[in-house]
Amino acid sequence: MSLIFYSDKCIACGECVEACPFGVLRLEGETLIIGDGCNLCGACVEVCEVEALAVPETEGLAPRPETPPDGVWVLAEQRHGELAPVTTELLGEARRLAEVLGVKVAAVLLGDGVAHLSEALLYAGANQVYLAEHPRLADFVEETYAAALTELARKFQPEIILAGATYLGRAFIPQVAAGLKTGLTADCTAFAIDPEKRLLLQTRPAFGGNIMATIITPRTYPQMATARPGVFKPATPVAAPYGEVIRVDLAALGRPPRSRFVGTVAEIKERIPLNAAEVIVAGGRGLKEAKHVKLLEELADLLGGAVGATRAAVDAGWIPYAQQIGQTGKTVSPKLYIACGISGATQHLVGMQSSDVIVAINKDPQAPIFQVADVGLVGDLFEIVPALIQEIKKDRG
Amino acid sequence: MPHIIVCIKQVPETQEVRLDPVTHTLKREGIAAIINPFDLYALEEGLRVKDARGGTVTVITMGPPQAEVALREALGFGADAAVLLSDRAFAGADTWATALTLARAVDKLGGADLIFCGKQAIDGDTAQVGPMLATILDIPYVAWARKLAFNDGGAVTVERLLDHGYDAVETSLPALITVVKEINEPRVPSFKAKLKAKKAAIPVWGLADLNLAAHEVGLNGSFTQVVKVFPPPARGTSEIWTGAPEELAARLWRRLKEQSKAQL
Ligand SMILES: Cc1cc2nc3c(=O)[nH]c(=O)nc-3n(C[C@H](O)[C@H](O)[C@H](O)COP(=O)(O)OP(=O)(O)OC[C@H]3O[C@@H](n4cnc5c(N)ncnc54)[C@H](O)[C@@H]3O)c2cc1C
Ligand code: SF4
Ligand code: SF4
Repeated sequence: MSLIFYSDKCIACGECVEACPFGVLRLEGETLIIGDGCNLCGACVEVCEVEALAVPETEGLAPRPETPPDGVWVLAEQRHGELAPVTTELLGEARRLAEVLGVKVAAVLLGDGVAHLSEALLYAGANQVYLAEHPRLADFVEETYAAALTELARKFQPEIILAGATYLGRAFIPQVAAGLKTGLTADCTAFAIDPEKRLLLQTRPAFGGNIMATIITPRTYPQMATARPGVFKPATPVAAPYGEVIRVDLAALGRPPRSRFVGTVAEIKERIPLNAAEVIVAGGRGLKEAKHVKLLEELADLLGGAVGATRAAVDAGWIPYAQQIGQTGKTVSPKLYIACGISGATQHLVGMQSSDVIVAINKDPQAPIFQVADVGLVGDLFEIVPALIQEIKKDRG
Repeated sequence: MPHIIVCIKQVPETQEVRLDPVTHTLKREGIAAIINPFDLYALEEGLRVKDARGGTVTVITMGPPQAEVALREALGFGADAAVLLSDRAFAGADTWATALTLARAVDKLGGADLIFCGKQAIDGDTAQVGPMLATILDIPYVAWARKLAFNDGGAVTVERLLDHGYDAVETSLPALITVVKEINEPRVPSFKAKLKAKKAAIPVWGLADLNLAAHEVGLNGSFTQVVKVFPPPARGTSEIWTGAPEELAARLWRRLKEQSKAQL
């Protein structure tokens, strides 16, 4: 299978060469050369004004089966009886999608001794809570969680399943999709419904945030996606919940497991977890020394926020890996992000550029961080941050 | 003696990719193809298991013919054998179709005691191929490993990252493990191995070799379909302030109190 190219139509404008994120296309004189490594993403097709390019049609595929009976599911992520914030965010989004489709929203609650969380899920707008409680679900193990959710989905047949793109969600949801032989879109930041075709349009960043892709699951059910925490607004609570709790016994939990939870080795001790922080004060190479992290901590404390870091600051050993933000760390979208001494490498930007307000403090006026900042302060962070701390203290008396 | 398989992917080096600040499109002049950085940790862990316990390490990749370069590089690090899965029909594979193709290759290699994958590929960024591969092979799997310890009974205890911290999980073998970069420090390829890698024969397996039909692989075999690709929305124009630190601080604090939705 390869990209279709009608050389007679091509006017050698070069638009497609620019558009291909994978550097596959090049012009040699008036001739377009399609190199190795095309993954048929279609970015070039979009930009070609004379329709000289096309992605081949898929052929001989089974038609889409009938719409399954159940509606939109949200995985209720919890640990030791506490819901992860992404759960209510996804319930809010699921309600919006379910309304367009005219179906119900269900939350799937897996754990041990977690029944009390059902109420919060119903208040967040779930019409149903599928509750599976078992000692083997007390702590997370990929195999067990995947088997449980796969069995539930086979039994009740949802049209859509959404889960948080947390470490936990991304660890086991792919196994559920593979088990159900359906598609899965990773780490989405927007959803929409094509009402005519009843398709879930799933939009996600790829290529380290350099491109966005809209993806569909056109011929299988359920349509599955993980969604980035902190992107969707938490569900507004319903005045009077009217849902029901459906307890389910799962056969999968009776089978002997091949992997088992041994214990928690270390808890990440963040004063406020990065994902939940409304304010993040982050430091990069510009911090120069480990002892200067204190400065950021003081500012973060004053603002009720958390401290984040670039990979450079983590690799230097100044700030723990758990606080790393960016492609190889966490993705955050707080209401306020203050970047101190951060140059703004793409790898860092992809982890924070969806923050509401970004403030950058950097000595170098050319630093790429200023391109994503709402307010950029050119200057020495060792002067500006202490001055800001003074200003806040003075203001608060 | 364990047979270890490491899955690697050849990716465009994103470090070299810059967003054009004006048009917000990618500037892709001279994008180099590299081994997905996370896969180097997977490879290193495979080699360490081999160093400690014997056995062999085979690297596999599905990709265009040029992905052979990545395999040769992996051989240079000390892998024993490499196989390239390449066929026009594989183009446009989503994570499911990729995992299915890899699974057939693992079968053809006679299975493995341990399969290592990277945390995620830096281009597709999905982190889905490893877990899907484990499901298709029906072997246990542990995500985000930072430490492995082999137990007497032939099981392995994996210390792994989750949102709340690090958990230990014990799993029987064969198993698939995805690794995070904390797990090790990849070695420097030896001159000798590099020389050997240059001359190594790398078999290329296509559709027929893997007992797959055209409708099971590539774009045809994919459950997901990309319908649109576009540049990320540009952020609002930024204001750049210069001045005395105290002045800047006061102005910023005033602005934040007015504008930020955070509870300050
Ligand atoms: C813009 C865009 C968005 C996409 N979004 C999705 C999506 O949401 N869902 C989806 O199913 N597909 C998606 N795809 C397709 C996906 O990128 C490909 O299937 C790709 O081959 C594998 O996914 P990945 O790069 O995310 O790898 P990951 O799953 O992130 O890779 C994890 C590990 O698996 C191993 N591995 C991955 N690929 C290979 C390979 N080819 N050979 C050997 N080992 C490998 C490596 O060890 C790697 O570290 C998308 C493609 C594009 C172009
Ligand atoms: S389909 Fe995508 S990868 Fe292939 S040439 Fe076009 S833009 Fe490049
Ligand atoms: S965009 Fe179309 S016309 Fe322009 S070079 Fe590419 S194929 Fe030819």
